[in-house]
Amino acid sequence: MSMTDTKTPLVDHEEAARARREQVLRIAKWTLPSLVMVLTLLGWHLYVTLSEVPHYILPGPLLVLDKLIEDWDLLWAATLTTGRLTLLALGFAILGGALLAVAFTQSKWIEMSFFPYAVILQVTPVVAIAPLLQIYLDSPFVAALLCAWIVAFFPILSNTTVGLKSTDRNLEDLFTIYGASRWQRLRHLAAPSALPYFLSGLKIAGGLALIGAVVAEFVIGRAGTGLGLASTLLEASYRFNFGRLYAALILISLMGVTIFAVMSLISHLALFRWHESALKKDG
Amino acid sequence: MIPSRQPLGQRPELLKMAQVEKTFHGGVIALRNMNLTVNEGDFISLLGPSGCGKSTALKLVTGLMQPTSGRITWTGEEAAGDKGAGDLGVVFQEPTLMPWARVMDNVYLPFRIRGVPFAEVRDDVLEVLRLVGLEKFQRAFPRELSGGMKMRVSIARALVTKPRLILMDEPFAALDEITRFKLNNDLLSLREKIGCTVIFVTHSVFESVFLSDRVVVMAARPGRVIEELTVDAPYPRSEAFRTSAEYARYCRLASDALHRATGEAA
Repeated sequence: MSMTDTKTPLVDHEEAARARREQVLRIAKWTLPSLVMVLTLLGWHLYVTLSEVPHYILPGPLLVLDKLIEDWDLLWAATLTTGRLTLLALGFAILGGALLAVAFTQSKWIEMSFFPYAVILQVTPVVAIAPLLQIYLDSPFVAALLCAWIVAFFPILSNTTVGLKSTDRNLEDLFTIYGASRWQRLRHLAAPSALPYFLSGLKIAGGLALIGAVVAEFVIGRAGTGLGLASTLLEASYRFNFGRLYAALILISLMGVTIFAVMSLISHLALFRWHESALKKDG
Repeated sequence: MIPSRQPLGQRPELLKMAQVEKTFHGGVIALRNMNLTVNEGDFISLLGPSGCGKSTALKLVTGLMQPTSGRITWTGEEAAGDKGAGDLGVVFQEPTLMPWARVMDNVYLPFRIRGVPFAEVRDDVLEVLRLVGLEKFQRAFPRELSGGMKMRVSIARALVTKPRLILMDEPFAALDEITRFKLNNDLLSLREKIGCTVIFVTHSVFESVFLSDRVVVMAARPGRVIEELTVDAPYPRSEAFRTSAEYARYCRLASDALHRATGEAA
């Protein structure tokens, strides 16, 4: 009591402390990872120079940067190649996964008949299937694309299927009472209900499409895709060109981060107005 | 003339349930021998303990469920051969709104399913939102609204097509008492304005007496009608009615009937 009587501040101590804490957290969210990055690079550099590690065992960060600049034309072309394969696989995964999910939810018979095979396709390691694809498919590019597609489509299929089934029971009844057609039900009830599920599947599928593309490049090689990042990486390792290897590795990693960021952005833009997952925690 | 302003005995018949029975798979009798005539303008409450078949009765009227035996006939149905069920408004215990759609789009839903373009019914949508006091929130999303406001949107959606019959399944049961009283009053003044016919399911004696001109008391195991009570108090009913001796007397009657209902079931 005495505290509020003597002085009536706009915000009390507890609130001020909370605000300070939040601000510190906001800053730390960016500065801490940046600091870790800088320290890691520094440690890496010092280790390589002080212990005189030969560059064909571990190149220092400066050498990697040199290679990145020196080989930029080659690396950028490889990035475009891998990027094209990844995006194409992701596009088909979205199309196939979503259409199959709709088919599964429209007909129990279709789901019962085919769902087990979708699972089998998913749990069989793609590395084991890829050589077969290469043998049976005439076009190595199609083989590589199929390889990446197999990995990417399942999370979209399974998430969208769950989403399409997670409609509100009372809304279902309401649609029935108002005499909605199958299409209206899908368009105005099931599809919007499934959207958040689909989008979280998309985030996973984006990363997996890249993994699938890299595996395809490793197994099927230049024949299928031209010179992508993964085949560049493999080739560099044969030649003990570890600077280029690391440069390619960094670009693959950056591509993964970019895909994830774009998928998260799409998800946020689609959901932030209405979906709980997109709400701020303090909101 | 608005039918709800006509005396009870002079209202034209709308819907008749004759010897309606519903037995669920496994032999549970949800509803036994229900007879009920709904007249235009009636405000009927189905009052009873859980398991008395009041929600089953509503589902049978919507056509979501078919009776095991007995008949449910809409006036003019046999002549026109239409199911009548397209002319219903329904309000559930939950607001049951589409979270991805703005308030106005939620209210527009019944028209959208019938294929009516929004431009044609924009005025109806805005008018009904004005009636429930939410015209300022037409562009809001459901999550931005309070529980009571969501329920108003749900009521607006049920009213927007001006249906012949509105079914309400314990719509205010999940709300706090202050909001519930407010919505009770608002529901009655809405009815004064538009004269809708309502079947209202509730387990609250006070709510049923305050709102209805007819209270149908039901018992459980098996679900059946025990008694029908006519609340012969004039509308509009205001807060003053809640504290009147007349209201207390009707509540007593309904409460006694309910005790007999639950006593028998025990």
